[in-house]
Amino acid sequence: MKWMLVAVIVAATALAELLQAMAMKRHGEIRDFRPGALGRLAALLARNKFILISFGALAVSFFAFMALLSVADLSFAVPATAASYVLETVLAKYLLQEHVSRGRWAGAWLVACGVAMLSL
Amino acid sequence: MNVRAARLRLKTRTFTALAILSSVFGNFSLSWGVRQVGSLVSLSPLTYVRAMFNPWVALGVSLLIVWLFSYMTLLSWADLSYVLPVTSIGYVLSALAGKMFLHEDISHWRWAGILCIVAGVALVARTAPYRSGATP
Repeated sequence: MKWMLVAVIVAATALAELLQAMAMKRHGEIRDFRPGALGRLAALLARNKFILISFGALAVSFFAFMALLSVADLSFAVPATAASYVLETVLAKYLLQEHVSRGRWAGAWLVACGVAMLSL
Repeated sequence: MNVRAARLRLKTRTFTALAILSSVFGNFSLSWGVRQVGSLVSLSPLTYVRAMFNPWVALGVSLLIVWLFSYMTLLSWADLSYVLPVTSIGYVLSALAGKMFLHEDISHWRWAGILCIVAGVALVARTAPYRSGATP
């Protein structure tokens, strides 16, 4: 059950961040940081379906984290959620077609090994 | 210029400390609260809504909201390559909180895994794109 909840958290977090990255890349770089412009940006993003689905995914991730804390140790639950770095790196490479450096792959592998060691 | 740099350093340290502490205490409080509520593994949203009425869960959720805002605020001027590794120390502090206050039994393998994760996050951050401008 613990690992199933970790899988839900990691998948939902990665989905949320992927959708946010897609939405923000489509929007383009933000250059105007005046309060009025930020307010208009928030209103625009609140109508963006990618952003709305990403908020739903974040809610799923948070509730699954609460469920995980109710059945697992704090010292297991918090580091286990770092597995989302691994999935996000893979998704950034294959879905967003970002350039992923060797250093970043090495970091993602270290995180994956660390998460695997939590189960020992 | 020196005064500005010193002020920026103080602001960065304050928000970094706030982000780390709110995350560690938020997770700890949430963990303490949900243990009192009992198993939350359920597909019904009502189970989670009911859990929110536990004061420790409510405090945990509030602290995690503080974490989200302090983290986002910090990212608005500090490099992600600084923020990610520094805040990943939260993994170690959460484990320490679990050991000291929740009396969790942490094996050598789990400690090694946590340290491996911190090192991995630091490596991911080293390759993260730099934001131009402010230095922490």
